[in-house]
Amino acid sequence: MVTLESLPHLPPVVGSVPTDGVFSLLWLVIALPALGAAILLIGGKRTDKWGHYLATAAVSASFVLSLVLFFGLLGRDGEERQVTQHLWDWFTAGSYQVKFDLLYDQLSALFLLLITGVGSLIHVYSIGYMEHDERRRRFFGYLNLFVASMLVLVLAADYVGVFLGWEGVGLASYLLIGFWQHKPTAAAAAKKAFVVNRVGDIGLSLGTALIFVTFGSTSFAVVSAASSQASDGALTGIGLLLLLAACGKSAQFPLQTWLLDAMEGPTPVSALIHAATMVTAGVYLIVRSNFIFSLTEDARTAVIIIGCITLLMGAVIGCAKDDIKKALAGSTMSQIGYMVLAAGLGPAGYAFAIFHLLTHGFFKANMFLGAGSVMHGMNDDVNMRHYGALQKAMPVTFATFGIGYLAILGVPPFAGFWSKDKIIETAFADNVLVGLCALVGAGVTAFYMTRLMLMTYAGTKRWEKGVHPHESPKVMTVPLIALAVLSALGGLLTLNGWISDWLNPVVGEHEEHHLAIPAIVMSLIILVVVAAGVAVAWFLVGKKPIPKVAPTEVSVFTKAARADLYGDAFNDAVVIKPGVAGIGALTTFDTTVVDGAAEGTATVFAAMSAQFRLLQNGFVRSYALALLAGATVVVLALLAVNFG
Amino acid sequence: MKFEAPHIEYDLLLPILIILAVAVLGVMVEAAVPRAQRYLVQVVLAAGGVVAALIAAIRVFGTINPTSDNPKLGRIVAEGALALDGPTLYSWIVILVLALLGVLLFAERQLDGGVTAFAGQASALPGTEAERQASAKGLEHTEVFPLLMFAVSGMLMFPAATDLLTLFVALEVLSLPLYLLCGLARRRRLLSQEAALKYFMLGAFSSGFFVYGIALVYGYAGSMSYDKIAFAIASGSKSDGLLLAGMGMLAVGLLFKVGAAPFHAWTPDVYQGAPTPVTAFMAAATKVAAFGALLRLFYVAFGGARWDWQPIFWAIAILTMVVGSVLALSQTDVKRLLAYSSIAHAGFLLTGFLGARDLAEIKAGDIDPVQAVLFYLTTYALTTMAAFAIVSLVRDGAGEATQISRWAGLGKESPLVAGSFAFLLLGMAGIPLTSGFTGKWAVFAAALSAGAWPIVIVAVLMSAVAAYFYVRIIVVMFFTDPIGEGPRVTVPSLLTSSVIGIGVAGTLVLGIVPGPLLDLIGRTAQFIR
Repeated sequence: MVTLESLPHLPPVVGSVPTDGVFSLLWLVIALPALGAAILLIGGKRTDKWGHYLATAAVSASFVLSLVLFFGLLGRDGEERQVTQHLWDWFTAGSYQVKFDLLYDQLSALFLLLITGVGSLIHVYSIGYMEHDERRRRFFGYLNLFVASMLVLVLAADYVGVFLGWEGVGLASYLLIGFWQHKPTAAAAAKKAFVVNRVGDIGLSLGTALIFVTFGSTSFAVVSAASSQASDGALTGIGLLLLLAACGKSAQFPLQTWLLDAMEGPTPVSALIHAATMVTAGVYLIVRSNFIFSLTEDARTAVIIIGCITLLMGAVIGCAKDDIKKALAGSTMSQIGYMVLAAGLGPAGYAFAIFHLLTHGFFKANMFLGAGSVMHGMNDDVNMRHYGALQKAMPVTFATFGIGYLAILGVPPFAGFWSKDKIIETAFADNVLVGLCALVGAGVTAFYMTRLMLMTYAGTKRWEKGVHPHESPKVMTVPLIALAVLSALGGLLTLNGWISDWLNPVVGEHEEHHLAIPAIVMSLIILVVVAAGVAVAWFLVGKKPIPKVAPTEVSVFTKAARADLYGDAFNDAVVIKPGVAGIGALTTFDTTVVDGAAEGTATVFAAMSAQFRLLQNGFVRSYALALLAGATVVVLALLAVNFG
Repeated sequence: MKFEAPHIEYDLLLPILIILAVAVLGVMVEAAVPRAQRYLVQVVLAAGGVVAALIAAIRVFGTINPTSDNPKLGRIVAEGALALDGPTLYSWIVILVLALLGVLLFAERQLDGGVTAFAGQASALPGTEAERQASAKGLEHTEVFPLLMFAVSGMLMFPAATDLLTLFVALEVLSLPLYLLCGLARRRRLLSQEAALKYFMLGAFSSGFFVYGIALVYGYAGSMSYDKIAFAIASGSKSDGLLLAGMGMLAVGLLFKVGAAPFHAWTPDVYQGAPTPVTAFMAAATKVAAFGALLRLFYVAFGGARWDWQPIFWAIAILTMVVGSVLALSQTDVKRLLAYSSIAHAGFLLTGFLGARDLAEIKAGDIDPVQAVLFYLTTYALTTMAAFAIVSLVRDGAGEATQISRWAGLGKESPLVAGSFAFLLLGMAGIPLTSGFTGKWAVFAAALSAGAWPIVIVAVLMSAVAAYFYVRIIVVMFFTDPIGEGPRVTVPSLLTSSVIGIGVAGTLVLGIVPGPLLDLIGRTAQFIR
């Protein structure tokens, strides 16, 4: 058992105030984009003309509704802020019930705003970005499907409901990564994302199963009330399985490989799904399951380790990529590593994980859309070695991107400063080694982001022939400006510690951590490290001419980083090769011993030879032999078990 | 000598009697009605008979008050040969619904130029002049309808049988017509006849084990009836060797029918070779009947020896799931792939079957294993039937095009058909909001409640593997460009369309609101002893 005395507080129980008034419209938040997706995907060509407007309107309406609900929640007393809407009983078996319930509380309220808010901006942006794509309607249908699924994920009041959303966003992500299906790389990337995500899904299925076995229920309310009575082993097991699920969806080590390839999808998809929302579902899952993780030190340690590894890995990969989207993808991995790390710190870190998740959602979506705007101007070239000196050609994109850059670096007063500093501080308070990891990560982040900025916007023109960069249309720059404003002002959320106070009823009270040094000194140290990263980038990248072709004579470290730190090679050697060999062996056995007859059937049409008939006799005999052997084993095993 | 007539409850057995009567009438129709009218007469007779039997079955089901909170247990009828309790009657209804869908598929004539999917003259050797003449004349075998009815009557008896002899008779009555039906394909007749012969020989072989098992169990218990066997096990004074060997051999016979590894070898060959309507019916209905029989035999008769048989069933369940899911990965033919998928589903069903517990162990509110298995069977049967029905639509000049590679680009050719198939595949993969998910959840929960978590872990892993090959087909249909002249989707008549429609609707509805059906099964899932 956990020694409860060692914990300052038990994890809070998820409440369930029934909905009334405006809150009874909660279901509409999901239903609007779901309806949009249905109309666009079923309606077919008839909706080509206005489909994208409908999709955008559906998400925007959801956003407006989310805002109304949010203010409704603000106006309520603390203890009435966890609202549950019962839709229908999904399935019942005896006393075990899975209800289709929505839980609207402080945590899901923030997610609703992020998903529908950033989602609306990205829908608007996509109207411009996908203007010339003949399958635009389908694209918007998938986007709406994604938004609806993601909303199910964060609103479900039951692990089974979360699983529904989890599979839904996986499906939408799969469809959107492979959206440009004419590119074989896109199809391969989609497949990879699917397979790797299945591994994570196994974690969620088994985790849910273990929750069911341990608590006899899978609803948050019941589990959170009973979790302090569960055994240590069960809690750790559940925690580790949920961590596996989080690793799959949030591209954490060792399931990180799919995210870099996922950049094959259209850029708005990379911004919405693979930066701002879906990839943070793992962080959501951990924070939502705080009533599990707060009680199991072991699982939390595993979470911290995974977070540390990934935040460094992602940052290192980001340093070596010439593809602007892949560099940003490495950065996303790394930033989610920070969130996972923070979530692993327990009650002290949950709120900061969510805070960083929100600010990251703003500035990373901002930069991805900025990258898309650059690509739009550069004829869809993604190689930064072909960019340079875009500052003049694309002033709005540059300015907004620059704000995102300052935010991710953690320069005060931009959003990232507030959220990242909190995480690094808390990490230091927990363990110096973990804190150092986070600090080094901040320095490397400064390096690769500065490199990206210098290669794209500064220096000399290295444009390919026939490329005439131009600023993107208003429909694309306005969302950029909106996101830039959010990236600049996101730090306001922590004014007077608002976000911690707001989330405390969900994630639990905690004691203030004590740093050995004053917080202001800590912030200064972080800023010095960041400045060092920027300086190194300036000397290595900014002061030298950038070759148009990536040099091949590079250090082992650069090679390793370019190869995604051999994530694929690792998977290939450890999982895929033995797996393929296993399937091959089984198949060979099957074809030669069991299944040969069917292979032979093709021959029958061709030759109808007497020999085949002989062979065929052999096969029936071998089937019968297998049956006999099986029967013998069954009977002998029965006897052996009982007399042995 | 005084002869005492057996007491038969004709009114309660009406569903079986109607089906048997229709079968016999069908045989007479073959002899008496001119060839030109036979098709219509047989179809109307079979469909009408099944509907009448279905109504009768629902009426009998009503006598145990399934909707009340405490339904009656049911009755043992026909001098202790058949048990009419909740599981039996529910299986009857499912089997009869599947039989009706089967009749619709059998009657489909629009796909192959105005004739059914069955051989013109089964006795003509493939590739001979006689065969060409038969097909030129547009002959078709209408005997398939009475054969189907005989098989259905066996399937109705199979889960109801409450003594070993009746069980064996039911097994043979359901099997023999199926062997014949498998060999009656119009196209690819060699493949079809090969399948029939293989199924027959292996079926006969497994029946041998089954009969020997009956003899051994009789030697142990001194009786054929389930309650006497259960009593003998409970008193437990006699030699265990006879019981264990007999139980093992009976298990072999039943596991062969459900297609569990290592007795699965026939499944892919037979599913591929049989005419697709037969495969559809067989894959769905045989599993329902055989699992009904397996549940009753091992829960009622051998329930007391649960600790003896459970370990080996654990091994079989795991092996079945692994074999089905892994071998499906390398299949290149849709029908074979669905066959391996059905093997994997047999494994998932066995997972639920292993949720077996003593009544005393079942806590209030736990999901009952019988309930879980019956629910899973319902979802699986509807989905599978519709999936095979769709397979029969994709055709080229030589009949059905079942090579997966040839299905490339089907999503463009016919979005509706490809979309329905994709949805059914997602259902089989167990994606939420389809019946496959709720079904899997039910059997996994049942196994977990009984502490069979290692099997559930394997099952979850294998469903992840399975999802991969289902999605592979979806990718081929929607994201791959066709190579050369692809097959076309033939527009079916209302018969096949309604089967597909019912299957898709069932997969959707049971995924979103499975509650009422789960409740209904849960209230009545009690075996009478």
